[in-house]
Amino acid sequence: MATLATPLRAAARPRRGARLAPYGFLAPFFVLFAAFGLFPLLYTAYVSLHRVELQTADRMDWLGLQNYTRLFEDPFFWNALRNTFTIGLLSTVPQLLLALGLAHLLNYRLRGRTFFRVAMLMPYATSVAAATLVFAQLFGRDYGLINWALNTVGLSPVDWQANTWASQFGVSLIVTWRWTGYNALIYLAGMQSIPQELYESAAVDGASRWQQFRHITLPGLRPTIVFTVVVSTIGATQLFGEPLLYEGNSGGGISHQYQTLGLYLYEQGWTFFHLGRAAAVAWVMFLLIVVLALVNAAIAARRNRTDR
Amino acid sequence: MKRRSPLQGGPLAYGVLIAATLAFVFPFYWTLVAASRSNSELSSATPALTPGPNLFHNIGEALQQADIATALVNSLIVSAVVTAGVVLSSTLAGFAFAKLRFRGRGLLLAITVGTMMIPPQLGVIPLFMVIVKLDLQNKLPSVILPALVSAFGVFFMRQFLVQALPDELIEAGRMDGASSLRIFWSIVLPVARPGMAVLGMLTFMATWNDFFWPIVALSSQNPTVQVALKSLGQGYVPDQSIIMAGTLIGTLPVLLVFALLGRQIVGGIMQGAVKG
Repeated sequence: MATLATPLRAAARPRRGARLAPYGFLAPFFVLFAAFGLFPLLYTAYVSLHRVELQTADRMDWLGLQNYTRLFEDPFFWNALRNTFTIGLLSTVPQLLLALGLAHLLNYRLRGRTFFRVAMLMPYATSVAAATLVFAQLFGRDYGLINWALNTVGLSPVDWQANTWASQFGVSLIVTWRWTGYNALIYLAGMQSIPQELYESAAVDGASRWQQFRHITLPGLRPTIVFTVVVSTIGATQLFGEPLLYEGNSGGGISHQYQTLGLYLYEQGWTFFHLGRAAAVAWVMFLLIVVLALVNAAIAARRNRTDR
Repeated sequence: MKRRSPLQGGPLAYGVLIAATLAFVFPFYWTLVAASRSNSELSSATPALTPGPNLFHNIGEALQQADIATALVNSLIVSAVVTAGVVLSSTLAGFAFAKLRFRGRGLLLAITVGTMMIPPQLGVIPLFMVIVKLDLQNKLPSVILPALVSAFGVFFMRQFLVQALPDELIEAGRMDGASSLRIFWSIVLPVARPGMAVLGMLTFMATWNDFFWPIVALSSQNPTVQVALKSLGQGYVPDQSIIMAGTLIGTLPVLLVFALLGRQIVGGIMQGAVKG
């Protein structure tokens, strides 16, 4: 061994550099990712077991599960949870169905299809803040354009802010407006990876357009649909900017009629200064997302089995 | 063409798409209308439906009220630095994940992809405590530092490089005795450029539009555009036309990027999505 050491070491030096190089490439990402991504995520659980106030964020007093029990005794928490669900359904379901329909149309041979695609993605390029401020104005009770339009066709105006369902619909519409085009493009990408010949042979066999959509497009899109459902569910669970700016307060309406969990978290932490309790809300949201993701996965797996 | 192709678009398809396009574009038009009218014109029984003469007056007011000029500069700095950081760190890590073999690769990639599913909002409280401890509250680094790397970016660049970068190119580089860094610089970077461009555009837009973390970390004294918009919307006497003028200024830069590069952004989103 000893006699071989010198020539070997000379050859090994560049080798070792090559072996360590991957970690060098990963280092910039993982160092920051660990500090500002992973650590806060895990540390949230620890914070949620303590009393931490915004003004004295350095001081942590052990509370055990008290933040959680306080949370579950708070009717506003349950209200926010319920609202998150209803607004989530009101925004996600129409959004994905519309996107599917639009993607199907965009998949036709069309003139100006780039134009349509770009126009559809424009809402995605706007910020939550800008979109919400515009829609809040359109939904104005007294001088809003939507009530004016309702009035001109002979319908009575709606209080889009104070009424529970109307306000939740209003918030959902902002979400739908911003994300429909984005999802349509994702579906379109999925559709374009379905072989054209399938449609052609189906057409020869006399399948109608609807039958083609039902039996070729939808099954081919399944993984894409599961992906968009999961992503939209996560987005809906943490909905924040739209309800915050819809009327401009963190309570989510006079009687919290459209306060979401994300807004509730912000209110606990930065209006009432209870960072510990806000961390508990964050963990409840996390568990909710895990449950919803598992439900989605289970449904997708079941669908696959029944198809076979 | 004798037989109509099964996928040829008919008048119905055009009709629906045009209606949808109008619905998608209308709020932008309305922003312009409202931003160019006076508040009293907006709060009348029959609203004005066309742009008016007050645009520049309202923009001037908005610039004063919410210090939007500072906000624009801040947003530009933050978005540019974050974009550069994300593109660079993602390309480096994406290359390692796509083409290099090393111990722990599978696990590290799984962690990266796994956290993409967890909303960053959930870590916001400890992150805030860290920022307070570092005394960075209300300072731009508080919104730059946490955003410099992105798990999505790494995943995106990995997917791009797996396909775009042939193994033989790297092998050839190694044969010639190039170091890993040299290979990255002379072989990987040129191939990665289209992917980096798409990731850069997406990151710039997302950073410019980011809302939750900036309003937690920054105040209206030193805002980004989105934080400034929030404070405009929460004034005691909301002047709608000035709010809309502010909204217009905050949206314009991104729309401009979009008008110039819309086609590439569309392509990028469709590309990144397929393998999601």
